Amino acid sequence: MATEIITIEKSALLDEVQTLKNKGYRLVTMSSVNFDERFDLLYHFDKELRMKNLRVSLPKGESMPSISGIYLAGFLIENEIKDGFGIDFTGLAIDFGGNLMLEDDVQKYPFCSVGVKKSAKVKKEDA
Amino acid sequence: MSTVIPFGPQHPVLPEPLHLKLTVKDEIVTEALPTIGYVHRGLEWLAQKKDFHQMVQVVERVCGICSCIHAATYCQGIEEMMDIEVPRRAEFLRVIWSEMHRIHSHMLWLGLMADSFGLESLFMQCWKVREQVMDVMEATAGNRVIISVNQVGGVRRDLSDAQLSWIKDVLNNLEKEFLALKSTFGDDYTVRKRTVGVGMLKKSSAYDLGAAGPVLRGSGIAQDMRMTGYGAYKHLDFEPVVEDGCDSWSRTMVRFREVLQSIDLVRQAISRLPEGELTARVKGKPEGEVIVRTEQPRGEVMYYIKASGNKFLDRCRIRTPTFANVPPLLEMLPGADLANVPVIALSIDPCISCTER
Repeated sequence: MATEIITIEKSALLDEVQTLKNKGYRLVTMSSVNFDERFDLLYHFDKELRMKNLRVSLPKGESMPSISGIYLAGFLIENEIKDGFGIDFTGLAIDFGGNLMLEDDVQKYPFCSVGVKKSAKVKKEDA
Repeated sequence: MSTVIPFGPQHPVLPEPLHLKLTVKDEIVTEALPTIGYVHRGLEWLAQKKDFHQMVQVVERVCGICSCIHAATYCQGIEEMMDIEVPRRAEFLRVIWSEMHRIHSHMLWLGLMADSFGLESLFMQCWKVREQVMDVMEATAGNRVIISVNQVGGVRRDLSDAQLSWIKDVLNNLEKEFLALKSTFGDDYTVRKRTVGVGMLKKSSAYDLGAAGPVLRGSGIAQDMRMTGYGAYKHLDFEPVVEDGCDSWSRTMVRFREVLQSIDLVRQAISRLPEGELTARVKGKPEGEVIVRTEQPRGEVMYYIKASGNKFLDRCRIRTPTFANVPPLLEMLPGADLANVPVIALSIDPCISCTER
């Protein structure tokens, strides 16, 4: 199994993904990893059983361009990552607003503690 | 005028909770939106709390139907990362138990599918025949579904010659009884009326939307992770099962034929089972990152594992096949009769526990 992962810049992501789509690659999924100062987002593609993997490092607090305009199936994966890691995706085809799996009253992103969710609501309740 | 109808999370044909918000016009679905989150358990997150050996038992619980293959896939990833050479006998035993899991999973689904189009007796027949393979798993591993035979480095249990001979006898009988159902699934007027041309997913759409497993192969694409020859599959004769009808009937027949294929693979594995050790010694802690893919009953499963030399993993990302098959489901539903939604939803073999982890 291939474990090679090619690191690219965030600005080059959509062009790279579009190129892979044009070459006939299929989107397998995306993965995300939490680090102290950044997230790593991995994009996994496949063609004739061979994988191609891209890695983009994203500083915390920045948003990420959505690939759901190129691969519609990406919308579900990006919503899941948004729930778990709090990463915002711009141009998301169908945006569940952080509530794909989590309820409104969940206060932290499960995979990291980069912030408090629904801060306005928390203050209201605390008050 | 359009009407919005909720389908699920509690519905007679859904064994697990999935909600579809259906927009219908004159009983024809025009749009479908999914909602999940009813059985999310945070199992990926547990990688931060359970050590890499304990994670075998955690990933087994991702799915209450195909648990064995989750564990085998995870172990394969850790073994690749730690450069562990798994004994060949262990690889063959993994195939035997994995294929028996595929048999029971597909037969369970075939029963549910029969129930969805209203043939109760066919549903009961499928589950009655399935019991034989459940008995094999209970007798050889001590449990019916969560069989816990895998561990990092190999397998925990062996199969004696007497057990192997008994398994072959059971599968012979199972195959005979299962084949008696073939004409009903394949030719029966009612079954064909409810499935042929229902839930169409074009070949190009299946590929573009990232479909996996029988959903992909039912649309004419010959892609099966077992073709990569992982584990002992490289020593076995294997050709993927493909149907090109692109409808619910094709997806049904792919799974029907895959039961027979799995029986054949178990027979091959038993006949070529080498002697030897069951486990390799595991030294040290995993470090690095690995991507591993195998074929579950519902399709391709992918594990991305990252570790930095500690007993806990940094990340254990699991992409299950049903997760991949939700976008294709949203493509199948528009244009369908409302009455066909249960059949179409079931045709992807939805496992929501897998999807949400």
